[in-house]
Amino acid sequence: MTARDYLALLPPLLMAIFGCATLLVDFVTRHKRSLVLLNVFGLVLMAYAYVRQWQTLSAHGPFTALQGAVTVDSLAIFTNSVIWLATAGLLGISYRYLEFVEEHRGEYYAVALFAQCGMYFMTASVDLVALFIGLELTAISFYILVGFTRRDRQANEAALKYLLLGALSSAFVVYGFSLLYGIAGSTALSTISLAVRQRGAFDPFVLLGILTATVGLLFKISAVPFHTWAPDAYEGAPTPVTAYLSVASKVAAFAVLIRILWLDLPFARPVWEPVLAAAAILSLTIGSIAALTQDRLKRLFAYSSIAHAGYILLGFVAGTPLALRGVYVYLLIYAVMNFGAFAVLASLRRHGIFGDNLSDLRGLSQSHPTHAALFVVLLLSLAGMPPTAGFIAKYFIFAALIETGHIALAVIAAVYAAISLYIYFRLVREMYLSRAETREPIAASLGVRLSLALATAITVLLGVFPEPLLHLLAGGSR
Amino acid sequence: MTDHLLTLILFLPLVGMLALFLIPEGNPRLIRLSANITSAVVFAVSLCLIPVFQLNAPGFQFVERATWIPSIGAQYLIGIDGISLALILLSTLISFLAILSSWKSVPERAKLYYAMILLLETGVIGVFVSLDLFLFYIFWDLVLIPMYFIIGIFGGPRRSYAAIKFFLYTLLGSLFLLLGILALYFRYGQATGTYTFELAKLTQLSLPLHIEQWIFWAFFIGFAVKVPMVPLHTWLPDAHVEAPTAGSVLLASLMLKMGTYGFIRFSLPLFPKASASAAVMNTMGTLSLIAIIYGALICLTQRDWKKLVAYSSVSHMGFCTLGIFALNLNGITGSVILQISHGITTGLLFFLVGFIYDRRHTREIADFGGLAQVMPIFATVFAITAFSSAGLPLLSGFIGEFTILSGAFAVSRVWALVGVLGVILAAAYLLWLYQRTMFGPVKYDANRALRDLSPRERFVVFPLIILTFAIGIYPTPLFNLVRPAASRIVQQLSAPRVLQP
Repeated sequence: MTARDYLALLPPLLMAIFGCATLLVDFVTRHKRSLVLLNVFGLVLMAYAYVRQWQTLSAHGPFTALQGAVTVDSLAIFTNSVIWLATAGLLGISYRYLEFVEEHRGEYYAVALFAQCGMYFMTASVDLVALFIGLELTAISFYILVGFTRRDRQANEAALKYLLLGALSSAFVVYGFSLLYGIAGSTALSTISLAVRQRGAFDPFVLLGILTATVGLLFKISAVPFHTWAPDAYEGAPTPVTAYLSVASKVAAFAVLIRILWLDLPFARPVWEPVLAAAAILSLTIGSIAALTQDRLKRLFAYSSIAHAGYILLGFVAGTPLALRGVYVYLLIYAVMNFGAFAVLASLRRHGIFGDNLSDLRGLSQSHPTHAALFVVLLLSLAGMPPTAGFIAKYFIFAALIETGHIALAVIAAVYAAISLYIYFRLVREMYLSRAETREPIAASLGVRLSLALATAITVLLGVFPEPLLHLLAGGSR
Repeated sequence: MTDHLLTLILFLPLVGMLALFLIPEGNPRLIRLSANITSAVVFAVSLCLIPVFQLNAPGFQFVERATWIPSIGAQYLIGIDGISLALILLSTLISFLAILSSWKSVPERAKLYYAMILLLETGVIGVFVSLDLFLFYIFWDLVLIPMYFIIGIFGGPRRSYAAIKFFLYTLLGSLFLLLGILALYFRYGQATGTYTFELAKLTQLSLPLHIEQWIFWAFFIGFAVKVPMVPLHTWLPDAHVEAPTAGSVLLASLMLKMGTYGFIRFSLPLFPKASASAAVMNTMGTLSLIAIIYGALICLTQRDWKKLVAYSSVSHMGFCTLGIFALNLNGITGSVILQISHGITTGLLFFLVGFIYDRRHTREIADFGGLAQVMPIFATVFAITAFSSAGLPLLSGFIGEFTILSGAFAVSRVWALVGVLGVILAAAYLLWLYQRTMFGPVKYDANRALRDLSPRERFVVFPLIILTFAIGIYPTPLFNLVRPAASRIVQQLSAPRVLQP
């Protein structure tokens, strides 16, 4: 193995090592703080690894490891960096929350790192087997995390539902993969790409293989009509896990979709484009309409994140280089603003209050003005209002649709963008236009405040000065 | 110094807003003072534009250009002509007076209140100075956020409903505007290979008529909601009635002008063929006339003082759009002058309703009567304002309406005739309002004890009254300011376009 092989595998190695180390340290000490410190150290090392990967990539181009099963290209590094951000955020908002629910155990941090490790292989694999192992490692880690509050019945129910439907979706994926393997005689995506090109997109096996794999992946990004697990899993899971699930796992699944469909199977576009277009419109519609009347915050965000998945899928439909850049931008910005919003939700869990209801936000602007103001910025961004980053994300989707002449889709997207404002401003109304019912202060730990402040800062900075990010991506998107 | 004067004016309110957040909430006096000083300084700085501005210089002045998002071709490009200058001066003056008038009416959460007004000021000025469509759109949408909070937090009983209705309506409109901007952007990019949002470049593009019309209608939805043109006006009465006084003033005096400004600055130069096509001219003319008559008729039936003023805006803004789509020099010049005049008089009307509401906590017209005996100064100011709004000669409203009607007459006698009918109706509803509230015996004892205008209130209305007279008696400076810019807009309508897609 060469130095570049090691570099390609350094981040997942770090994740595995620090995950195991977390378990060991948890065994010998009862101070949870040391676990957090250990994880922070791990994250710093990972950041270093990603920077080195980026330098090597820009100097020598994409490089591979494990006999070509894993690649380090701009897609892998970019999505992994986003996932890294989410993991850092998870670390920030979990501590106090776990104390409150009295489930503070070291496995939590370890399993989160294993999930991150799985997601690394999801985003970086160019081989079906490695990809599937990544998918499963991620999924199993998330089953555990969703049901982490063992004594909570709702969490148990959520984890079970998630497990059953997740297993079903994995079955779809692996069935599709096996068909693609059957066509090409190889699990390498590059070989499969060639085989699909030779056979044509409407060859029955190609068609079936791509469709089943796509359906399985649409489960993972919770696109309608494969979304039914998401509201329950989001609501039952501990709030920090919900945040991680809605951000990191979605970004990783989108990375798989981008890699397989967009980059490696462009010849099969006539097959998958209508499927994704239908899923996009359905996700926008169901996600927006269901979120309109939700009073349960986590369900509301579950549906709204379904709608966001719809916007990203519209980028797939447009399919130009501009659209690809837009999808990257959207993924990063979605991750940041959604995670920031969940940081607020996590801090609503306080003594005697679950913080799951819309009314728990009541009067927040008076009891915690800064908290509320930052949350408003994030909500504006989620609704796609300028001058926040959310606007830049939506801008690219609109631009890509107009560029390719998808006027009807652009109009639909615009209408749902206006509706989404109503959804998010129901929260603003509770915070600013209603009076507080409780004097119990929210659980704004240092980690929560840091995550929230950082997420808001990125949201505003990328909204006003998106150029550095766009410049970075212009060089990166192949 | 003058190199960055516009940027200074644009971002001073924002700086003032950020400074407000540093002041502790427990010090409302300092918050008030700080907001008042900021807006006064902004107004003073904006006055510095006048001596430097050259009346007959071609093109835009005070132009500042900086790269901003080169990846998509968006620049920080600002500059003004006579039309924008007039509207900027109106904005800084009205913002200053709106903040001043709120000295006592906001007991709680003053910091948020003033911060939102200052943010709004930056947004409105940004709309009037942007020469890049992307930048323009950012400011266009930025304005919505503070107005939501001003109505939603500090408004009347149905504030929550009115605020979100306002927000949704205008946001949906602006999203269509965004789609229109993007359509134009890609047409230009595909024709030339360079992708840019710069207005001056995009106006060189010549598109087939049907495509121009499509994009025109996309822009139309965005602008017409803001004006508001019938039938997209239904957010306006709710927003105006529920908004606090300063909010109504800012909404009527400044935000409605964003729509008409959009038509003048963007729709006409970008879509000359579409604007001059019979379909567009007839539709816009008809909608404007409907707005004029319908708004006036509704005014005649109103029992609520503030709602009456709100609907009178619909009618007056109908004149403004009528003037614009007469597509001649008089029409557009008159439209801008009426916009300024409407900003002044309707601002005054809302201030006056607010002063009365502060005292009596009712706006039912039937609750008043005989106020002229109790509050002579108030009655005088109200009389001048109402006369100006009704288009009486020697007051500012007359100048604008007369110029518009002469422009409209050149296009169609029907337009002018219906317009004149609108003027008569305006006189009817305003004088009737005046009669019911000011004349006659004092019917209710509660009205007997009403104080006349306080010195601060007098200070708020005084400059506006002076301006009403000044424009009405000697409108030449305003004409000299607006006419060259308007004539450039008219010339652009028929100028040959070089770029074919």
